[in-house]
Amino acid sequence: MEKSFTLRVLKSLNRKSWLALGLFLAVTLVVVPVLHLLVPPESAFHVSAYAITLFGKIMCYAIVAVAMDLIWGYGGILSLGHGLFFALGGYAFGMYLMRQIGRDGSYQSDLPDFMVFLDWKKLPWYWSGSDSLWWVAFLVIVVPAIVAFIFGYFAFRSRIKGVYFSIITQALTYAAMLLFFRNETGFGGNNGFTDFKRILGYSITSPDMRLVLFGLTALMLAATLVFARWLVTSKFGRVLTAIRDAESRVMFIGYNPLWYKLFAWVISAILCGIAGALYVPQVGIINPSEMSPANSIEIAIWVAVGGRGTLIGPVIGASVVNLAKSWFTVSFPEYWLFFLGLLFILVTLLLPHGLVGLWKTLRQSRGPRT
Amino acid sequence: MTKLFTLFLLCTCCLSAHAALDPAQVLQLANEDSSVKVAAIQKMTEAADSDAARVLKAMADGQLFLSANKVVVIDGDKAFDASTGEPIKMPSNPDSITVNNRIRGELANALAALSLFDKDVGVRLASAQELQTRVSPDLVPVLARALAKETDNAVKALLKMAHAQANLGNADPAARLAAVRVLSGSSSPNIRSALLPLTDKAKEPDNKVRYGAISAVKAIDGRLELTENLARVFSGLSLGSILLLAALGLAITYGVMGVINMAHGELLMVGAYSAYAVQSIFRNYFPNAIDWYLPAAIPVAFFAAALVGVVMERTVIRWLYGRALETLLATWGLSLVLIQAARIVFGAQNVEVSNPSWMSGGIELMPNLLLPWNRLVIIGFALFVLLLVWVLMNKTRLGMFVRAVTQNRAMAGCVGVPTSRIDTMAFGLGAGIAGLGGLALSQISNVGPDMGQGYIVDSFMVVVVGGVGQLAGAVWAALGLGIFTKLLEGWAGAVIAKIAVLVFIIVFIQKRPQGIFALKGRVIE
Repeated sequence: MEKSFTLRVLKSLNRKSWLALGLFLAVTLVVVPVLHLLVPPESAFHVSAYAITLFGKIMCYAIVAVAMDLIWGYGGILSLGHGLFFALGGYAFGMYLMRQIGRDGSYQSDLPDFMVFLDWKKLPWYWSGSDSLWWVAFLVIVVPAIVAFIFGYFAFRSRIKGVYFSIITQALTYAAMLLFFRNETGFGGNNGFTDFKRILGYSITSPDMRLVLFGLTALMLAATLVFARWLVTSKFGRVLTAIRDAESRVMFIGYNPLWYKLFAWVISAILCGIAGALYVPQVGIINPSEMSPANSIEIAIWVAVGGRGTLIGPVIGASVVNLAKSWFTVSFPEYWLFFLGLLFILVTLLLPHGLVGLWKTLRQSRGPRT
Repeated sequence: MTKLFTLFLLCTCCLSAHAALDPAQVLQLANEDSSVKVAAIQKMTEAADSDAARVLKAMADGQLFLSANKVVVIDGDKAFDASTGEPIKMPSNPDSITVNNRIRGELANALAALSLFDKDVGVRLASAQELQTRVSPDLVPVLARALAKETDNAVKALLKMAHAQANLGNADPAARLAAVRVLSGSSSPNIRSALLPLTDKAKEPDNKVRYGAISAVKAIDGRLELTENLARVFSGLSLGSILLLAALGLAITYGVMGVINMAHGELLMVGAYSAYAVQSIFRNYFPNAIDWYLPAAIPVAFFAAALVGVVMERTVIRWLYGRALETLLATWGLSLVLIQAARIVFGAQNVEVSNPSWMSGGIELMPNLLLPWNRLVIIGFALFVLLLVWVLMNKTRLGMFVRAVTQNRAMAGCVGVPTSRIDTMAFGLGAGIAGLGGLALSQISNVGPDMGQGYIVDSFMVVVVGGVGQLAGAVWAALGLGIFTKLLEGWAGAVIAKIAVLVFIIVFIQKRPQGIFALKGRVIE
């Protein structure tokens, strides 16, 4: 019997997972705001603005990691260019934030400062409509989707895969980075966008706005997890996994892997774009270095550390690696690269299934379970 | 200019004949009025004898003084009469003759013109070249005389150009036209800008001359474009040879093991830092042989990079056999570790690796087409490495094994090829060649911890386009991509060129997924 869509979504997670998700939302949407706004800063239970920004950022990364896991863990396609989609989403939303500065920039002009600096007289065509939040929200989804579709269509059509695909995605993000570094591209060149002031007229630095963004990110992460869970347990997800394991056989059975891969690829890019759009107002800056190949390959290591092919793994991986990063870069800045490098090597050598895999092995070795 | 002066000094010293100058004329050099001085200098230039040269040289060097209404040359503690050149008694408190910038320029011109009559062809050639860039209409008579006397063809050609250039300001339209005709055979941007005013109706009243000038500028433009394109092709060749050096190693490791070594760029860096280390050793211990540090660095770069490669293969890569995507990540980790290690050992700043003296300068094929020696040496070096690899792969037992493993690992193992040892050797070889690439790179670009980062994508593109495990493919792909990139860069800018190359490669893979030269045979995954 055909089950209703809602029921299928509900069924895709078991009771424990729903409980954990509910707990997560309760903490991020209720407990954290209360601790931030109502508990005085001297108290040990006060959640500082720094912590909120840090965890908001990490949740954005977690969304990216889940998106990466969809195509790498389930589709077997390793992208080394996901930073591009993240940055595209960020830039799209950044355009809106730049327009919201209004005449409060250093040149008191309607145009963003960098355009005044370049002596441009009016906005380029692709900036039109960027003062509308809805149009920009549309761009955040559509721009990464179009780029991903065009690139993915040609790449998957000619059956570029494995290492070939990875390196070409890296080249793609590298080329895009060079493009955005140019002042003439119209996205602020080297400096990118920064000095944001408002969203919908509300100050971006107020505690309320910070909590709203934090809460939105938490909701988005929860929604991403549920959606991804539903996707990978659906028939589509099964075909995708089959393609990962034996593409030729799937083809011989009569499926065309192109559309399955392409769909997963585009969905993944859209999720990255949304994460980027949530990331930029919280961090307050977007510049082309977000597209550097090193950033994109770091996304892969979050997923690898957490555990590929599981959905909670990427979230754990993104959190662990980024917490470690913010601790290391303050305490031992010169050893962070060593640590990251060794993490890459050791995780791939010793923990092929990541922390989640390690946890499973440990539990199994303790005693057989039903 | 100083070189010219020194040469000049040497020559004038050899001349012993003292044909005296007119003292009244020499006295004009000491006149208060600059215009009189200039006129005197020009007059002496036209006379064009060795005495005039001697006095003007002294004037340019600030050795000319005025004492008791007589011009004297004071060189250190000796004094001479300027007009005769005879030694005289040191005068008491002589007045110095001021040489302002206008006079200085005039003197430089005059001296260059005068050295056109030197006995030495080299000096004449140098001064004729000197005159190409700044020639004044006053020099016409001197140039005409020099031209009449000149026997050497190269100098003659240059003099003709200079003479014609000087004649562009001639009042007689026929002379101007003749000058324009001569100049239209040139290919120098300087002459083009000298001709440009004559194409303007306001400045050139004579129609014939103007049309002649317009077509001459066109002819020069055509030639300039040609040299520009030739220069682009050359820098493309140079880029291609670098790409080839970077890609050869990658082609071997990718061919044998099917993994992309993301730390390949860092092996280039190891090679470049070896060059730096050897250079430092030579500076400290063998400063006399510093020019030879580069050949000495060749084996060092090869073995240092090969050692790093072998260690990488033994400790990391072999454990990931069959997991190509994980190898990407692990080798990326290796590259991070190597970059940070280089930062700690050598500092985060770029280090200075200098060209040996025999690599500086270049061959000037045409005016404004200079082929620098360091680039030529690198192209030659790339050919040498290519030959080495070819011999190694095709004429040795190791090469045969490597090719066997590339084609069919399982079958090679079955017939007794020690595949795991071949993996290590091949990886070491590939890494060593990357080290040699880094050595070459150290001669033309900055040496720093991050230098290798940009090369992995480019060298992978070469491997992809050329076809895996194909030497010939790698050569064509490297040269093709190098020239293609440079030509595009010239027309559209570096970023657009990069993107265009990327798009081209994606389209290319659609058509020929196996590269230009595909291995024949049937392969399934």
